Amino acid sequence: MSEALENKKAPKEPLFSKKNKKLVTEPLTDNNPVTIQVLGICSALAITVQVEQGVVMGGAVLFVLVLGNLIISLLRNLIPSRIRIIVQLVVVAALVIIVNEVLKAFLPDVSEKLSVFVGLIITNCIIMGRFEAFAMANKPWPSIMDGIGNGLGYAGLLILVAFFRELFGSGSLYGVKLLGSNIPGEEWGLYTMGYVNNNMMILPPMALIIVGIIIWVQRSRNKSLVEEH
Amino acid sequence: MAINKDSNGYTFAFAITLVVAVGTILALLATGLKGRQDRNEEVKKQLDILSAMMDVDKKGSEIDRSNAEEKFKKFVDLDKAIVLNNKGEVLEGVYDVKGNVVEGKAFDVDIRKEFKDKKRKAEHRNYPLFLGEDEKGKTLYVMPVIGNGLWGPIWGNICLGTDMNTIKGASFGHKGETPGLGAEISQKFFINGWVGEMLTDKEGVFAPFKVVKDNSGATTESKVDGITGGTITSKGVEEMANRCLEVYATHFNNLKTK
Repeated sequence: MSEALENKKAPKEPLFSKKNKKLVTEPLTDNNPVTIQVLGICSALAITVQVEQGVVMGGAVLFVLVLGNLIISLLRNLIPSRIRIIVQLVVVAALVIIVNEVLKAFLPDVSEKLSVFVGLIITNCIIMGRFEAFAMANKPWPSIMDGIGNGLGYAGLLILVAFFRELFGSGSLYGVKLLGSNIPGEEWGLYTMGYVNNNMMILPPMALIIVGIIIWVQRSRNKSLVEEH
Repeated sequence: MAINKDSNGYTFAFAITLVVAVGTILALLATGLKGRQDRNEEVKKQLDILSAMMDVDKKGSEIDRSNAEEKFKKFVDLDKAIVLNNKGEVLEGVYDVKGNVVEGKAFDVDIRKEFKDKKRKAEHRNYPLFLGEDEKGKTLYVMPVIGNGLWGPIWGNICLGTDMNTIKGASFGHKGETPGLGAEISQKFFINGWVGEMLTDKEGVFAPFKVVKDNSGATTESKVDGITGGTITSKGVEEMANRCLEVYATHFNNLKTK
């Protein structure tokens, strides 16, 4: 009832109003889910060794986030507040499993690639965080926009971190050997001159350090992002 | 609206409805798609065996899901496939869970399920051996292996040449190893480390493999380079290969001494 009244009072907002556009653009920069909201750090450390995995994971999270935000937003007036977290969890888990089962039956190769990410998506705090902070309190359309924005912001950061880690750790980008090859017997490129990959880049601590550097750069460029103590 | 959303009744009703709805959807989906998924699994198994036998990505002989069945029929002779027990003896059938020998086919043996099955004793695991031939008609022996990685099961197929000793090729798979680290075992560069290694030493005794960190794998016999950052998975591959291949080595040794 109260919902219906609200609808009557507020003038209809255009689909791509400034406010809605902001929902997409803000998470890309000044409200990035990883660097500012500090959500989804764990998966950002785990799968940024190669750019390709960043792209796959980013895409998968984007998809689940948009769909999940939509579902939660549609149900928001029905969900009892005491069990809302569990309901959100059920929605994410169900979505991910449905997607995985369908892929297994129709696109088995994609499913094989994604199978390792399934657990990471379900436990990704970005998804739960956006459900709780946004979709529970907003209408479906802004929720979709929010999902797109945060999904892209997350994917962008993964790819950025993975860019540095793959380039310096494996000497390649998206699997393409840019700096040459270090396979014994068929070396070429920089490796013939004694260049060595930085193995430290492959290990998880380096991801944390790179994320830290990105946070540092971002906050020193925009002082308003620095938290007051 | 008369319904009080904070009441216990509503909360319970909502929870039950949600669970039933989600459960129904998932159950319907799983049963509906089972046939297709099983089909895909079978093709994948054929593909894994084939990719251990030959370079499936090589130009001119590309094998993917669409032509795997046809190629499998051409290169692998399932009538010659046998099943061994853990002592390397040929079984007239396959072991069931209780250890009775029952009728069964080598290709239908699910080593992943048997490895996981707590009810099945280790000595009642089946060890299928597939016989095939390469493009020149030389006999190849494909031995499936199974073990544990860091997060879950890992498996593979290792292919021996006509001499029943030199590794001609391999393929490895995993359920959920860390992408970019442990998951790299399925990549070409890791597999290449296995090619050319010998199953036995000069006296014909099984020579266990060692996954090493010091980059000596390329030159030294029975040593294979591990993966940086994927130590536990690499060790898992080592354990898996040694445990499973020893069975096959015994079988080949019996064949040779006969």
